[in-house]
Amino acid sequence: MSELTAENVRQEVRAWLKANWDPNLSLVAWRNKLVDAGWGQPEWPTEWYGRGFSAELVRVIEQEFARIGAVSGAKSGIRLLAAATLLEHGTDDHKRKYLRRIITGEDTWCQLFSEPGSGSDLAGSTTRADLQGDNWIINGQKVWTTSAHHADWGLLLARTDWDAPKHKGLTFFVIDMHQPGVVVQPLKQMNGHASFNQVFMTDAVVARENLVSKIGNGWAVAMTTLAHERRRADGLRSGAADVDRQAIVRGSIHEEEARENATVMAPYTWYPQRAGRVDLALPQALATGRVGDPVVRQELAKLLSLASAAEWTARRARATQQAGKAQGPEGSLGKLVASHVARQAQKVHTLIADMNSMLSGSDGPENGIIAEILVSVPAVSIAGGTDEIQRNIIAERVLDMPKEPRFDEGPFRDIPRN
Amino acid sequence: MSGAINFAHTEEQSLFRDSLRKFLHAASPTSRVRQMQTTESGFDPQLWARMNQELALPGIAIAESQGGSGFGWVELCIAAEETGYALTPSPFFASSVMAVAVLNTIAPNDPLLARLACGEVRAATALLEGPAGWQTECFTCRVNQHRAVGVKQFVIDGATADVLLVFAADAEGIGLYVLEEATAVERQPLTVIDPTRRLARVTFTGAPVRIAGTVSPAQFERIIDLCSIALANEMVGGISRLFDDTLAFTRLRVQFGRTIASFQAIKHRMAELLLQVELARSAAYYAAQAVDAGAANLSYVASLAKSTVSDAYIFTAQEAIQLHGGIGFTWDHDTQLWFKRAKSSEVLFGTSAWHRDRMIRHLEENSVAGGKRA
Ligand SMILES: Cc1cc2nc3c(=O)[nH]c(=O)nc-3n(C[C@H](O)[C@H](O)[C@H](O)COP(=O)(O)OP(=O)(O)OC[C@H]3O[C@@H](n4cnc5c(N)ncnc54)[C@H](O)[C@@H]3O)c2cc1C
Repeated sequence: MSELTAENVRQEVRAWLKANWDPNLSLVAWRNKLVDAGWGQPEWPTEWYGRGFSAELVRVIEQEFARIGAVSGAKSGIRLLAAATLLEHGTDDHKRKYLRRIITGEDTWCQLFSEPGSGSDLAGSTTRADLQGDNWIINGQKVWTTSAHHADWGLLLARTDWDAPKHKGLTFFVIDMHQPGVVVQPLKQMNGHASFNQVFMTDAVVARENLVSKIGNGWAVAMTTLAHERRRADGLRSGAADVDRQAIVRGSIHEEEARENATVMAPYTWYPQRAGRVDLALPQALATGRVGDPVVRQELAKLLSLASAAEWTARRARATQQAGKAQGPEGSLGKLVASHVARQAQKVHTLIADMNSMLSGSDGPENGIIAEILVSVPAVSIAGGTDEIQRNIIAERVLDMPKEPRFDEGPFRDIPRN
Repeated sequence: MSGAINFAHTEEQSLFRDSLRKFLHAASPTSRVRQMQTTESGFDPQLWARMNQELALPGIAIAESQGGSGFGWVELCIAAEETGYALTPSPFFASSVMAVAVLNTIAPNDPLLARLACGEVRAATALLEGPAGWQTECFTCRVNQHRAVGVKQFVIDGATADVLLVFAADAEGIGLYVLEEATAVERQPLTVIDPTRRLARVTFTGAPVRIAGTVSPAQFERIIDLCSIALANEMVGGISRLFDDTLAFTRLRVQFGRTIASFQAIKHRMAELLLQVELARSAAYYAAQAVDAGAANLSYVASLAKSTVSDAYIFTAQEAIQLHGGIGFTWDHDTQLWFKRAKSSEVLFGTSAWHRDRMIRHLEENSVAGGKRA
């Protein structure tokens, strides 16, 4: 077997694409081929449709796909968090049933964690799950649930024991979103989009085998999901690929992918804007001439420095990891630094757009994109764990500073709550 | 040709850092740093001799053909970082960083490099003439028929160095001159806020000099880049030390029946501080790598590093004092030593604002749309 170098991998995937890529296959047929060959999610383990590749090798594969315009495995939304959670805690039956359809894009997922009464304090969940016969019966309400309106499956955190301490009484389930007991109502956000929802569960049913891990072990499973969510917030871009225009052959699969994007990706069209669109700052400053303003120059340079330093910090974290060394503090900072970047970006966009930053839609700069940045950035420091929670985590886990005093010990029943 | 940026130090580089950390921890504790502050020269010649004999620091970035170790800027920056961590007052920055950056860029075959490498002489570089202006256009110091006339300000180690490198205007444009004799030159030590970094005013009244090379604008920019990057790495050392000491203090200090480290207000500030420390480190390390990789946008990266790191240093120093409370404001407490180094480094080789403007200038010059500026 040849050595796993970037060059060998590049040659292998290139040859495979040459032999197999067909832009007129259906999306699902093509992606099933990817799953079988291990190109769909190459970082997954070899026994589950992957190749156990490092981030660097995955990048090589992404570049080769992008070079000829080949469609990749489905990646959007909560699906990869669901997969990561199931890979770690699921049974072989779970993996067989869900993982392939995650890559093919046949199923979409949502994360049913936050509730009206518990967001940062996720372990305070009061959605209840009671075992009746062979089914778990679910009652309660979830909120801020991204993509629930088109999700097929939900990652559900619910309480199974009210007398245990709060972290011990939670259990993790996979719930079928298409059932009469589950009602989804979209919630409109301050930026006008409605990517998150309220989810009402009334005697909703979860088959017994859809319990993940063990009864009472739900908190540990949810931590896995969240750890992956925060890691993905490290802002590492995969880097521009060399596109070989002559090698790109377009076919019906691209139309199908566009339709998929239109529905599945619709909730996420504003996500790049919430991260601040650092990429637009310099072009806007140059195009408007605002780059001549001394204050714009200073704030723009601060933004570009911050964004680069953030990216290099993530790369340092990866490099130490790859060298097999214990990860330093730099690995846990990505989520928090993303908030700094986004806020500085919205400041810079406002400075550049000046009076035009009052305008949105087709009247606004860049056909409303700048306005969307300005009203979307506040989500970054809340979604996926607030900045305050990130600071708690960094202080306690990375710096080993004392834990917050607790007022929520003892049976969950007796703890004050909303 | 530009090579790859390494995001992790090699095993050898890490070992080099560890040995430096140990050496300076033992040989240059803060008690010693304080002693040196009261001496006239400001540094410990015996320690400098050991830094030469045991660690070969003076010639770290001097070519092997010149008797140096032939290491890159990455290794030099590791050494700078460690001297910044320990705050060791020594000729390293003036003689082994600045002078080497100057000579490597302008006169890589100059015999002076070999004398610097073996530790025979210490050099200082006379660059600035006024409180600002990191550009050759400002130079009024002139050389005519091998005689220098003019005044140079803020010369690091200018009063104690054996040899002076002098930037001066001449018939050709700007030249780099070497001054070895003590005739017709007055070196006046200046009273400084940061006694670990000594400055002097040097007045030339027809001092005999020899030319080492002519200086192009691009070479001058490169010197500013190299020095800014080394300084940024030195500053990262200081930032790390302040952070480590402050974190340790919060774990010890008890108020209201608990350590102050247990207060959320303090935890959150330490978390933010860690973020600034690591961003600064990333910027400084990247810039050092960019030198050795031959990056085309070195000025941009150098200015990014200098501005990011010096802002982080000042922020960290202020936070360090605040989190120590009253003791942090005392003379006897060590935080003030690094605070003052943060202050002196803030303006050296250009303020953050100047560097940020330089970043944007670089982007304008390299963008197709650059001409559109209204
Ligand atoms: C765009 C978006 C998408 C989302 N998508 C999902 C999703 O798909 N699934 C899902 O389950 N959830 C989702 N969320 C919910 C998100 O995870 C929560 O909003 C978040 O964790 C905060 O919880 P909360 O809203 O209840 O606020 P609270 O927890 O009530 O917080 C209110 C304020 O108190 C602060 N605070 C709370 N606890 C502490 C503490 N210990 N120390 C200091 N300060 C504290 C918080 O930082 C915040 O400033 C989404 C949110 C947004 C904005």
